[in-house]
Amino acid sequence: MNREEIITAVKDIIHTIAPDEELSNLAADVRLRDQIELDSMDFLDIVMELRKRYGVQIPEEDYKELATLDGCVSYLGPKLQGKALKVGV
Amino acid sequence: MHTGRYDALVIGAGFSGLAAAIRLAQFERRVVLLERHALWGGLNSFFKRGGRRLDTGLHALTNFTPPGVKHSPLAKILRQLRLERDQLRLGEQSHSEIVFPGARLEFANGGARLEESVAQAFPAALERFRALLREVRAAEPFAADAVRGSARARLAAQLQEPLLEDMLLCAVCYYGSALEDDVDWNDFVILFRAIFLEGFARPEGGVKTLLDLLVRRFKEAGGELRTHAGVRRIRHDARGVTGVELDDGTELEAERVFSSAGAVETLALAGRPEPDRRPRLSFLESTWITRQPTRQRGHAATITFFSTRERWRYAQPAELVDVESGVICCSDNYASATAPAEGIVRVTVPAHGPRWCALQGEEYERAKAAAVAQALDAARRFVPDPRPDGALADAFTPRTIVHYTGHVDGAIYGSPTKRRDGRTAIPNLFLIGTDQGLVGIVGALLSGITMANLHALQASRA
Repeated sequence: MNREEIITAVKDIIHTIAPDEELSNLAADVRLRDQIELDSMDFLDIVMELRKRYGVQIPEEDYKELATLDGCVSYLGPKLQGKALKVGV
Repeated sequence: MHTGRYDALVIGAGFSGLAAAIRLAQFERRVVLLERHALWGGLNSFFKRGGRRLDTGLHALTNFTPPGVKHSPLAKILRQLRLERDQLRLGEQSHSEIVFPGARLEFANGGARLEESVAQAFPAALERFRALLREVRAAEPFAADAVRGSARARLAAQLQEPLLEDMLLCAVCYYGSALEDDVDWNDFVILFRAIFLEGFARPEGGVKTLLDLLVRRFKEAGGELRTHAGVRRIRHDARGVTGVELDDGTELEAERVFSSAGAVETLALAGRPEPDRRPRLSFLESTWITRQPTRQRGHAATITFFSTRERWRYAQPAELVDVESGVICCSDNYASATAPAEGIVRVTVPAHGPRWCALQGEEYERAKAAAVAQALDAARRFVPDPRPDGALADAFTPRTIVHYTGHVDGAIYGSPTKRRDGRTAIPNLFLIGTDQGLVGIVGALLSGITMANLHALQASRA
């Protein structure tokens, strides 16, 4: 997956978890938590959805890497290499 | 039907069981939800009588917040279970009241009306009440290091007004305390917000609307619901839980078991009885359908908490029932898309679980009829007597609750001893529901969600 696809993948997961949030104008370099309402329960769900959809395992100490969309791209990039984007699952 | 090993097995399809099962099933775990009865819902179920559908538990869905309010328990539940708020079809209460000898408080959703009401009824205590409100708003009741202890002691010191203290505790205890004459401070904070600062609503169509959504969601997520599947034994070995044996002898294996049967009840199923002899609180409830809607019969309040005693008591009564205090719920006084065609009046009073459970046959029926009459005689001081206009009547006692939930002594809010982390002495056997600590429909849903997250999803993700 390339950068755009990873961002789409993460946004689609956030949309599943928090359908009431506006995601079109998210800045990639600002903490997600500062732009939309996401608590620790929601972060657990992002991680669970990444595992379910893409088989990606993320240990708890790495959660902080997912704080921004840029962070997601650099952390998930290697893990999602060669995997196909799944949207609206 | 799946015959192999389950990743997770959930005992009891009440609200905590349904919520835990949905969370587990959502993440591709092989999950089975077992219910002894024909119908799900547990304490909060429904049944048909005389062509009408009656709810067994639901007085109110607490924690009502207007659409768009985030960070509320209701919003968290919706997100975690992937439900949309509109699906709940919530209708708000008109207003509710707490009526004691010499004082009356009124409240509606959002908290402002309660503050006005305290200002009128207890002007001298108003500033101290406002300080309490600030404290309740600032507290972090879901934090790991949340403050516990006696809410009554704190209220007594804070308010210095025993009548106001009793009146606030009356509503809070009736909607969620397993302790006599008190409630844990942290639970008080949770319930005070749920009842007074957020508020009451009812799903259009009653509890079935909510249950249908949850069952559908569970099945969509791939879960398996088995009714008529009571558990008679929980199996375990030295390493922990291994599965269960059903009433019909079927054996099911599972990695983890989540039980909403209650702490003592669950351990007894596992062959490790740990009796807990502190008194448990139970209730008798008389439900009446009246030909005319309640509002036309001259009563606008949705819920009335009452006491006819100066000092209110919340305890296992000395007799079969104690009618000096109770709760009256007029469910047709919730906002609704269609105007109510009939009225519903429900009168709930404290009852003595063990005594009711000891009664049999005709003796039981006679006692029930007498207790219903006593409760209605007490309640008619606060709501028009439903009997003259009654089209249908029904009642439940602690014995009914034991039959449908298996909870010792018909305890509505479970054991006075809570196990907040949900752990038991047996590895991978976890408690959800009333004995884990959160009560009411919203509390039960949160209990199932948080325990499934903590003990299965977080535990096995890495």
